[in-house]
Amino acid sequence: MIDKRVGSTREAVADIFDGATVMIGGFGEAGSPIELIHALIDQGAKGLTVVSNNTGTGLVGLAALLRAERVSKVICSFPKTAGSTVFPDLYRAGKIELELVPQGTLAERIRAGGAGIVAFYTPTAVGTPLAEGKESRVFGNREHVLEYGIRADFTLIKGCKADTHGNVLYHRTARNFAPMMATAATVTIVQAADVVEAGALDPEAIVTPGIFVDRVVHVASPALESALNEAGASYP
Amino acid sequence: MDARWNRHKRLAQDIPNGSYVNLGIGIPELVASHVPEGRTFIYHTENGLLGMGPSPAAGESDPELINAGKRRVTMMPGAAFFDQATSFAMIRGGHLDLSVLGALQVAANGDLANWSTGADDAIPAVGGAMDLVAGVKRVFVMTTHVTKEGEPKLVQHCTYPLTGRGVVTRIYSDLAVIDVTERGFALVELAPGIAFDFVQERTCAPIITNHARK
Repeated sequence: MIDKRVGSTREAVADIFDGATVMIGGFGEAGSPIELIHALIDQGAKGLTVVSNNTGTGLVGLAALLRAERVSKVICSFPKTAGSTVFPDLYRAGKIELELVPQGTLAERIRAGGAGIVAFYTPTAVGTPLAEGKESRVFGNREHVLEYGIRADFTLIKGCKADTHGNVLYHRTARNFAPMMATAATVTIVQAADVVEAGALDPEAIVTPGIFVDRVVHVASPALESALNEAGASYP
Repeated sequence: MDARWNRHKRLAQDIPNGSYVNLGIGIPELVASHVPEGRTFIYHTENGLLGMGPSPAAGESDPELINAGKRRVTMMPGAAFFDQATSFAMIRGGHLDLSVLGALQVAANGDLANWSTGADDAIPAVGGAMDLVAGVKRVFVMTTHVTKEGEPKLVQHCTYPLTGRGVVTRIYSDLAVIDVTERGFALVELAPGIAFDFVQERTCAPIITNHARK
């Protein structure tokens, strides 16, 4: 019998080690696995490299992880969302490294990492500062740059529904990076508002098949970054 | 200047019925309010929705139904959700018909700078702009003709870091519609009440006026 459920977010993130690379799903607050991030803050791992589209807002979730100075580097496409002050302050103070990646290249690098593609060529960013120092090659009269797949030690994502085999469904635009990130980590951890027995989800509707998922933790009422920020919350 | 001339409305007239369109964050979103009678455009938002609808009514918003600007939106009948790799396959694979973006600078050869001023204390952030300009068939720029300080945005060479080389097709400013051609900027149309010389004086590259258009 397969049952990937773990009892708590604390248990789910217990083995994340210092210096680990951690992919964190979400585009803005949509899909951000806040409870898993907060559990990671409590757990204490430091020197992390975080792969995520943004850097969080306010003093909760991803921004709180950065504020706790657990992250030495972010790989990111858009680190300055409105309401984001933690990352800009750390960056200006030289306390965090940024690898800026175009959003589509970030998605494809994660997809490639998860699919066993070590590198690929793309015309995105040719002629811009983000192509400087990268290998390039002309295909069909057009210059392309070489981009490398990304793999991680852990992935933290949020689903709306999951089953005991680790099959996952998402809610609307909360899906974003999660399906790719699930494939690209040694250990993929999903928090889901609804966790059901295998067989209860329609196999035709599964977005992330369970083979990519290692742990499922039930978080019944996940918090939203905007609601926490409106309430003036900070974590811890 | 005639404030009644609306560049968003003017741009919307140039989008064929049934087009798949990505509207950038900010000003270009206003294009969606000016769809000509009888046409339907399908809006793509790169965070993972095709068939994006307008802002939700009060009390009906979903914080996980948002656009690329992280504002809450709605979905139209026939909408579809997808992951980031699929979304950027639409963009990078040349499946979208049109991208409308804002600009810091556009050069006469179609180079676009719209993501960073390169200032030392700026937090660099690019999002999907470089993917859009590299992959979408046509790239329209929607911008004021000059900055708040009066500096021309249409230039001979961009001084800000580029988003892409030779990618802009057409520019809709508050003063004129201008094509980017192999001969540089070419006038398509002046806003009502605007003289050509007024536009040329605010443009740091020659604008040709005799360009044959299809």
